[in-house]
Amino acid sequence: MNFRTNNEEKTEKAFEGLRFVDDPEVGLNVVDLGLIYGLDFEDGPKRVTCLMTFTTEFCPMGESIQANVTESLKMSFPGEEVVVNITFDPPWSWDMISDAGREFLGG
Amino acid sequence: MIGSPLASAARTTSWKVVIPFYVYAAISFLAGTLLLLFSHDAFKGHYFQPHILAVTHTMALGWGTMIILGASHQLFPVLIETDLHSEKLAYASFLLAGTGIPLLIYAFYRFNMGAVAQLGGSLVVGAVLCYLANIFISISKSKRENVHAVFVFTAALWLLVTVALGLTLVVNFTGTHQLLPRGSLHYLGLHAHLGIVGWFLLLVLGVGSRLIPMFLISKYTNTRVLWAIYLLVNAALVGYAVLFLYFPKTGLNTIPAVLVLAALLLFAWFCRKAFLARIRKKVDHQMKVSLLSVGLLVLPTLVLLALIGILTATGREHTGVTLLYGFTIFFGWITAIILGMTFKTLPFIVWNKVYRPRAYIGKMPSPKDLFSDRVFVAMAFTYLAGFIGFAAGILAVSSGLLQLGSALLLAAAVLYNWNIGKMVTQKKFNT
Repeated sequence: MNFRTNNEEKTEKAFEGLRFVDDPEVGLNVVDLGLIYGLDFEDGPKRVTCLMTFTTEFCPMGESIQANVTESLKMSFPGEEVVVNITFDPPWSWDMISDAGREFLGG
Repeated sequence: MIGSPLASAARTTSWKVVIPFYVYAAISFLAGTLLLLFSHDAFKGHYFQPHILAVTHTMALGWGTMIILGASHQLFPVLIETDLHSEKLAYASFLLAGTGIPLLIYAFYRFNMGAVAQLGGSLVVGAVLCYLANIFISISKSKRENVHAVFVFTAALWLLVTVALGLTLVVNFTGTHQLLPRGSLHYLGLHAHLGIVGWFLLLVLGVGSRLIPMFLISKYTNTRVLWAIYLLVNAALVGYAVLFLYFPKTGLNTIPAVLVLAALLLFAWFCRKAFLARIRKKVDHQMKVSLLSVGLLVLPTLVLLALIGILTATGREHTGVTLLYGFTIFFGWITAIILGMTFKTLPFIVWNKVYRPRAYIGKMPSPKDLFSDRVFVAMAFTYLAGFIGFAAGILAVSSGLLQLGSALLLAAAVLYNWNIGKMVTQKKFNT
């Protein structure tokens, strides 16, 4: 699945923070792992909506990762409402790992 | 943009349910190695001795079974992709087993199969029933067919058969209630193999085939091979039970051993394929120990084939090789896989406990930062030296080697407990 956004500039800002949020199981950040499927930015009222997934539907670390993605986006966009939605459609696969992520993992 | 169907993050089993099992198992490992050190000379004689029975059940129930019960309450929802049915039933399992196991071990140590042993055995049976009910109801809620879940459920059924037979043997032994046509000693082999192969092996194969590729970050999966392994192991178990009860000493008992060996070779092949297809190239120490345990699986099978060969050739059981067989299972394969997998599961459970409530304020420590890798490496080498030393002591009938081996295993248990203590005493992080 290709990542989708309606604002490239804000997405870069969001990714700067999200690159510090790891999936602890893999030890790789959620951006390079390919868990972030989309970011939507609305102006009135100001709201950031993130669509993301986990490596497995019953990921034991899922709640923690979701909470940390939410907090990261709140820090990147202070005062804006942040909504983080989870989907498993399409399910995450190893092919979604970025080149940088593969390099980090030694691939 | 956001048109995909939405879901929610899974509710994982509470750490309050899982961690007590790990702590109980760690203390049992310490107790088991301590008992081994004090009873090392018993390993120069026959295996049916009070102290050997006590050591075996400390390792099989207190160490192996308790940690597997704990880990599976956490991992089972991941396997079947649905919530665990009841945390109360999990607590009940812990309390019943946690009370029953020491009673049973004390009774074995004193070699008194009376009321204390029977109460202990009954409590363990109760614990297994709670566990079985919990995973059965959980599976029935799951919408997907899952080979790993079938492995776990079948393994739990074999565990129930094992502990129920064990309790029957204890009652039968006293002679007040003659429940079986022959003496309890006759059925020990059946009881042991149903537990070792039906419970431990089947469960480790089912869960390991999910976790090993997951931790290696490997794309490899092969459900057909896993079903073949499942059928081979269960055919071996049923075949063994039928041969044991109806066709003893016919020489056909090699067949179940060969079936198990075939399943193990298939599993080793599966692990190798997963290893080669891994994305994470660097394999950590914990995975190395877990993969070593796959190799250690073959060892008891080869010892068993040697045992059957000696029995067929001489018509007599070789007690030293029989002891070696049991030792390579409980202190070899089962202990190695637990030593490795503890540090691939417990750190995540503790991490969830400590860091879940934490608001994001920067780079977080990873789960593997919660224990000392240096202590882990020291533990792994001490364990390996102890295992080899004690096994050599059994074969050489040497008190010195048995003492040295058991002392090293005790040292490994102390190091293991140190790391467990470090993890479970982590305080909740407050921002």
